[in-house]
Amino acid sequence: MDSKIPRTVPIQSATFTQEVNAEIRRAAATGIYDIRGGGAKRRVPHFDDLLFLGASVSRYPLEGYRERCDTSVTLGTRFAKFPIELDIPITIAGMSFGALSGQAKEALGRGASAAGTSTTTGDGGMTPEERGHSTKLVYQYLPSRYGMSPNDLRKADAIEVVVGQGAKPGGGGMLLGQKISDRVADMRTLPKGIDQRSACRHPDWTGPDDLEIKLLELREITNWEVPIYVKVGGTRPYFDTALAVKAGADVVVLDGMQGGTAATQDVFIEHVGIPTLAVIRPAVRALQDLGVHREVQLIVSGGIRNGADVAKAMALGADAVAIGTAALIALGDNDPKWEAEYQKLGSTAGAYDDWHEGLDPAGITTQNPELAARLDPVDAGRRLRNYLKVMTLEAQTIARACGHNDLRNLEPEDLCALTVEAAAMAQVPLAGTEWYPGKPGTGY
Amino acid sequence: MLTYDLEADGLRGLNSSLQRQTIDTNQNNWEVVNPKGSHAIAVGLNAEIEVTVRGSTGYYCGGMNQQALIHVEGSVGPGVAENMMSGVIIVDGDASQYAGATGHGGLLVVKGNASSRCGISMKGIDIVVHGNIGHMSAFMAQAGNLVVCGDAGEALGDSLYEARLFVRGSVKSLGADCIEKGIRPEHTALLQDLLERAESDAKPADFKRYGSARQLYNFDVDRNMTY
Ligand SMILES: Cc1cc2nc3c(=O)[nH]c(=O)nc-3n(C[C@H](O)[C@H](O)[C@H](O)COP(=O)(O)O)c2cc1C
Repeated sequence: MDSKIPRTVPIQSATFTQEVNAEIRRAAATGIYDIRGGGAKRRVPHFDDLLFLGASVSRYPLEGYRERCDTSVTLGTRFAKFPIELDIPITIAGMSFGALSGQAKEALGRGASAAGTSTTTGDGGMTPEERGHSTKLVYQYLPSRYGMSPNDLRKADAIEVVVGQGAKPGGGGMLLGQKISDRVADMRTLPKGIDQRSACRHPDWTGPDDLEIKLLELREITNWEVPIYVKVGGTRPYFDTALAVKAGADVVVLDGMQGGTAATQDVFIEHVGIPTLAVIRPAVRALQDLGVHREVQLIVSGGIRNGADVAKAMALGADAVAIGTAALIALGDNDPKWEAEYQKLGSTAGAYDDWHEGLDPAGITTQNPELAARLDPVDAGRRLRNYLKVMTLEAQTIARACGHNDLRNLEPEDLCALTVEAAAMAQVPLAGTEWYPGKPGTGY
Repeated sequence: MLTYDLEADGLRGLNSSLQRQTIDTNQNNWEVVNPKGSHAIAVGLNAEIEVTVRGSTGYYCGGMNQQALIHVEGSVGPGVAENMMSGVIIVDGDASQYAGATGHGGLLVVKGNASSRCGISMKGIDIVVHGNIGHMSAFMAQAGNLVVCGDAGEALGDSLYEARLFVRGSVKSLGADCIEKGIRPEHTALLQDLLERAESDAKPADFKRYGSARQLYNFDVDRNMTY
């Protein structure tokens, strides 16, 4: 071949990327889909695509550090005798004991309690450690009903009926055999070491009319004392919110597609459900149409990372947010200090998501006693508390800059969007314009 | 016996009165009149009391029961005895879907037939049905015993874990990973006891036992069409 003739440079396909090809080879070698933890990793329109406008001539700001900016929120004011009072509008999302170690659950309880907020059980039931270390504990009522006990139900400060999760709307759970220790097996009434499938539908109700009766039963059993939340994955937020309200929910929890999971098929995580940014406005509109916005509270989750995300979710109409992944990172998940061990597992800090294998170097998503012992629940709880405080301070900083003395006074008018997509989903104007797609009266 | 008129006095009063009973109650014998298909009757009880419901009920009768003996002199709607922990629930008539769903303990007796998904996800409860049961019964059943004196519908015991299923009549079809297993002496003794407690005169020798083949317990690529 004549070396003087110019050659085309090798071009990697934008469709068949290195990652795509590696996945094809992995599937071909193993015959099983990829299972992993975490949320959607692809980029989707998110809170980063929104900006706050801040005060200007027409609005005056509040003095940072001096003028009050309230952060407390009360959840469950509709029917519950004892609504939940939180100091900050950031709650800890439901994550199962089984997926997480006992120490990690304890740390979540400690951190949340020190910051004046609630934490949530998860699939597999309530542990005494978690109850003991959480001043306010929400008890999840899931399709699997693993570990479900009326005694624990009555110990809860609120009940969360889980219909779905943002990472896998329409999907059940999975806890692979490696993570089924004696204790986890015992709590779930299953043999040790087998894969545990959690059903995707509740065993004793289907549809909104049944749900209404189910909520009645739960209220009757708990003497109408505690709030009942209904958690759904982000898919059809307008209708899901409206139906949850109709069924009698005190609080609706909406989890967008970036929301984490302990273990789910990658194809499910990345391809089912809609972004968190897109779920809030339709849900708020449903609440407003039914005349219950603020009476039925809305908690939003899925990819919340900092006080700006909190403030943006609240400006769009949420009453509070919930965090899962970020809380685990605050405890120590994916910390670069374990890099050598992540490498041994074929991963790297920040990308490690094989939580289902139970080998987590940070000792959080594991049932292995030696690994779990790496996490000191007191230290980790303190880190979580600090992080929650920082998020709250950040959200307050933004709210004051927008002239609000309460986080819940943030409003869509405080926001603009950086992209047309985000403008359409959040229904706030593209920066520097007064327009967003679908704006009433604009014709397009 | 204390009589509670559900129609006149409402559900809240009934459940709160029944739930207030503790170990040393002397109000341990109740009858509920005019149930008229109401939902969530006698739920969340936690004392050794006896409650007789004079008529038929709606959803979740006796839900999450602990210790109490609940006797329904009629038929029950979906989810009777759901998540029962202990105690006994006896239904004179038929039961709708999901009877005994996710029950952790205690005994549920249905003297008529039970509909689909009887014993779904059961976790230790014993269920005795004098008549037939519908399709997808004992789906993902984890522990406990389901005894059926009549016939079972399609896909019995699909994705079964460790629950034991005993059927006297025919089984329309078995679900994935559910197989027939032999009756050993301990099963005969167990059946004898459950049938006696359920006031059935069926003979243990007439039953067949079904259980999990345990082939779906850990993922196997060559079986992935059965998941
Ligand atoms: C390790 C882990 C375990 C989880 N377990 C549950 C669970 O048992 N039940 C549930 O409803 N959601 C579960 N989730 C989802 C969270 O409740 C929440 O919806 C999600 O984490 C929020 O998104 P974020 O992770 O981006 O903050 C889990 C999430 C993680 C990361």
